[in-house]
Amino acid sequence: MFDVIIIGGGPAGLAAANKCYKEGLEKILIIERDNRLGGILNQCIHTGFGLGIFKEELSGPEFAHRYIEMLKDTRVEVMLDTMVLEINKKKEVTVINKDGYQKLQTKAIILAMGCRERSRGAIATPGSRAAGVFTAGAAQRYINIDGYMVGKRVVILGSGDIGLIMARRMTLEGAKVLACVEINPYSGGLPRNIVQCLNDFDIPLYLSHTITKIEGKNRVEKVTIAKVDERFQPIKGTEMEFDCDTVLLSIGLIPENELSKVAGIELDKRTKGPIVYENMETSVEGIFACGNVVHVHDLADNVAMEAEKAALGVCEYLKGRKCEGAIEVSTYEMIGYTVPQHIHLPLDKDRYDFFFRVRKVFGPATIYVKDSEGTVLAKFNRQYIIPGTMEKITVPRVLLEKGKGNLRVSIEEK
Amino acid sequence: MYDVAIIGAGIVGCSTAYYLSQYDLKVAVLEACNDVSMGTTKANSAIIHAGYDPEPGTLMARHNVRGAAMIKQLCRQLDVPYSQCGAMVIGFDAKDMDTIKTLYDRGIANGVEHLEILDREETHLLEPQLSADVQGCLLVPDSAIVSPWELALALMETAVRNGVELKLNNRVEAISRDDEGFIIKTSEGEYRSRYIINAAGIYSDKVHELIGEKEFTITKTKGEYYLLDKSEFTRASRTIFQCPSEVGKGVLVSPTVHGNLIVGPNAEDSDNTDTTYEGLQFVRKAAVRSIPFISFGDNIRNFAGIRAKNDRKDFIVEESHSVPGFYNIAGIMSPGLSSAPSLALEAVDWVGSKLELHKKAEYCESRKKIRVRELNAEERNELIKKDPRYGRIICRCETVTEGEIVNAIHGVIPAVSIDGVKRRCNAGMGRCQGGFCGGKVAEILVREKGISPLDVLQDQRGTNILVRELKVKHNV
Amino acid sequence: MKELICIGCPRGCHLKVDEENDYRVTGNNCNVGAEYGRNELINPTRTLTTTVRLTEGVHHSLPVKSASPIPKKDLFKAMAELDEIEVKAPVKCGEVVYRNVAGSGVDIVATRDLD
Repeated sequence: MFDVIIIGGGPAGLAAANKCYKEGLEKILIIERDNRLGGILNQCIHTGFGLGIFKEELSGPEFAHRYIEMLKDTRVEVMLDTMVLEINKKKEVTVINKDGYQKLQTKAIILAMGCRERSRGAIATPGSRAAGVFTAGAAQRYINIDGYMVGKRVVILGSGDIGLIMARRMTLEGAKVLACVEINPYSGGLPRNIVQCLNDFDIPLYLSHTITKIEGKNRVEKVTIAKVDERFQPIKGTEMEFDCDTVLLSIGLIPENELSKVAGIELDKRTKGPIVYENMETSVEGIFACGNVVHVHDLADNVAMEAEKAALGVCEYLKGRKCEGAIEVSTYEMIGYTVPQHIHLPLDKDRYDFFFRVRKVFGPATIYVKDSEGTVLAKFNRQYIIPGTMEKITVPRVLLEKGKGNLRVSIEEK
Repeated sequence: MYDVAIIGAGIVGCSTAYYLSQYDLKVAVLEACNDVSMGTTKANSAIIHAGYDPEPGTLMARHNVRGAAMIKQLCRQLDVPYSQCGAMVIGFDAKDMDTIKTLYDRGIANGVEHLEILDREETHLLEPQLSADVQGCLLVPDSAIVSPWELALALMETAVRNGVELKLNNRVEAISRDDEGFIIKTSEGEYRSRYIINAAGIYSDKVHELIGEKEFTITKTKGEYYLLDKSEFTRASRTIFQCPSEVGKGVLVSPTVHGNLIVGPNAEDSDNTDTTYEGLQFVRKAAVRSIPFISFGDNIRNFAGIRAKNDRKDFIVEESHSVPGFYNIAGIMSPGLSSAPSLALEAVDWVGSKLELHKKAEYCESRKKIRVRELNAEERNELIKKDPRYGRIICRCETVTEGEIVNAIHGVIPAVSIDGVKRRCNAGMGRCQGGFCGGKVAEILVREKGISPLDVLQDQRGTNILVRELKVKHNV
Repeated sequence: MKELICIGCPRGCHLKVDEENDYRVTGNNCNVGAEYGRNELINPTRTLTTTVRLTEGVHHSLPVKSASPIPKKDLFKAMAELDEIEVKAPVKCGEVVYRNVAGSGVDIVATRDLD
């Protein structure tokens, strides 16, 4: 019987395992489907990781390395090359690997499966099925792990961070990146990545544009892009053509929750991840979740911090913390969602963090936390908020205690 | 010298090879592509029609009804995914209900069993997600769904095991004849054969005209589709058709044997398989008339297939008028998939009318596939003990193991591409569309075939996924 | 006055740099921004991350980075130099695999253990 089984050995799983160990849990198991720990970090060879956690700028593999080193002298068990097929409310974890098919028993579970990339189908990009259309992450693996180039002339659809990072990577390796095409009027990536991945190499970013056609018999030969209207429909007469052999898709990430669904864990339609409480517990008692399986983060550091919160949640749970109901946190219009979506009663933490993303670019704005009667419990001023970064507000318990009923988070432009 | 050369390894060619392989004959199949089922067979609605649609007395009517029954049996025998989920032809108004009555009558005339006309309430009771505008339906319990490429593969694999020679990458370029028979020049070589069965799909008119007169014309009609995530599978428990019109059977919504939902097709004259913005819009709009809440955000793939329409409005199943010994099974539009095995029996009759047919003494007529996801715990453990590769999941969306992928690569008809692996064991068919496993399948192809990563194909020849090795010391 | 977005951290502060006033930076929220703003106008630098060829190991590709930022103008020159080198496995994370890339005085280090 394990104290906790952590599903996934990427940044979330590694950070959760470390924290669980530090907090004194005895029987900890990480289950990873790949043949090494680190998850997607292994192929993210660029820097930009670690400022939050380690106070220095690390590459993805280095970030993973730090955690793996920390685990070395512990009794944390790791099962590699192992796939979890099913979990359930009784906290049985069914796995399959080269040793066979077995059921493991645990007192608590941390879901840390991460996310997957949205593929071409999700946006129904018309055209041929020629080779040369890759999700940015798949291309990243071919280039950084396998050491093979996926194309010579590239158009990138979507301006998510992986797409931007790949624009720079492919340019440095001698490819010509012709354009980065984003359907929204703003980029989905971090501003620093626009600067150092696109602007540094004079790669044009076409906002409010999309690919309307991919052509090519065997391999991509040409794409057509067009401007879109407010309803994201292509505008006739605005088409531009690019001769290229490759299209990279960086059109968003989706939390990977097939296991959660089967276990009967309640999911949030907005995040596509489990609905969680302030301690990262899901709707199923004793099953916790953290990282991109809950909501898509901007930074691995934020993933790691959330994972530590989940680890602490597990420790409290195993010590027998009892809750008496919960309050709900709803959002308003331009706030896409909040994590957590619920907080347990009684309020026993000194402060409560809420993470969220906005749905458009905001200049100076105020974020309000109100109670069910509309009384403002807390407000936060921001100079600039963009959808590409995750926003965080921290509300002290003393302020929450004043409120009646559920909470609502909203934003108003100044 | 072959007794029979079949041109084309689509569902018709594969079926023909399968039935001919039961006899002591020397049979070759010449296929232009690097795999079987690369044309219309891999890109269609995947429906086994019951046979209420064709006009009574047509070849279509006859072969559809007989073929559908044969496919049910074949799928069991050859371990091919098949489900008799049934179908509904829904009506929105009185005119549609008249059409439905006509279809019912036709079905009866064609010998289709179990047909029923249901009223509004009965219809919605069976398919609660249908639009409230639906007034009634023709219920077709004998309609089924199948995996068309797996059926083609299973038929051809069995044929090959029984001695048929499959010649992939052999595009037929010229046909001539001498006293002994035909001389067929392909992109790879020359083959001689006493008889030819032309099953070249959308190219069958061109293939016939390599030696014969112009006797028919094939028009290429494109149909575009959406394939939705498994989360949409439960939208319909049967295949939902709208009433057929002049342009075709209309847009259908159907569960697939792989647990997805398929939506399509439109009908557009075109000779390429590119999807179009307009075509996909049309399909979407038409489909939500049947089932309003289909979540197209959960689409995982769009594709288009080309149907071989001909100018006779019926299948062309006959000996060429201008070339004796040259047989056409051509213009096999819908319900071609459902009819294929029955059409193949025609070919057996033709050959039988010329040559004495003897059943092979030793003949294997079944096939069994390992599908780890369908096994119980005990069976899995037994398998993994024998070969640990069955414990290593490569495609997690579809739960496909390394062992199954290796089987696909070393099968009777070996997979030569990432999509070839997909057609054989489903790896990469799921919601991430190979985003995670594509690279791993490529790696296994490289290892098992001993090829360079640069030679890994997505699908057909020329669809290489990688263009250059990085960090190779320049040989200056 | 030049407007920049700071790349020092994910926050992406909008900086204003006054070239006429000793490159005084405003809009920054920390010292990193002040330094970045100034450098970006005088001598822009970037950390280079890439891979180099690994031999005698299971993998053929080793991720590396420049130990500190190098002049932006030398990025492609550095890439060309790194195209030519081979590193023998095993390698430890942090190990120097190439010295003084593109004459910058900066070393290239491995960012992963690879056997």
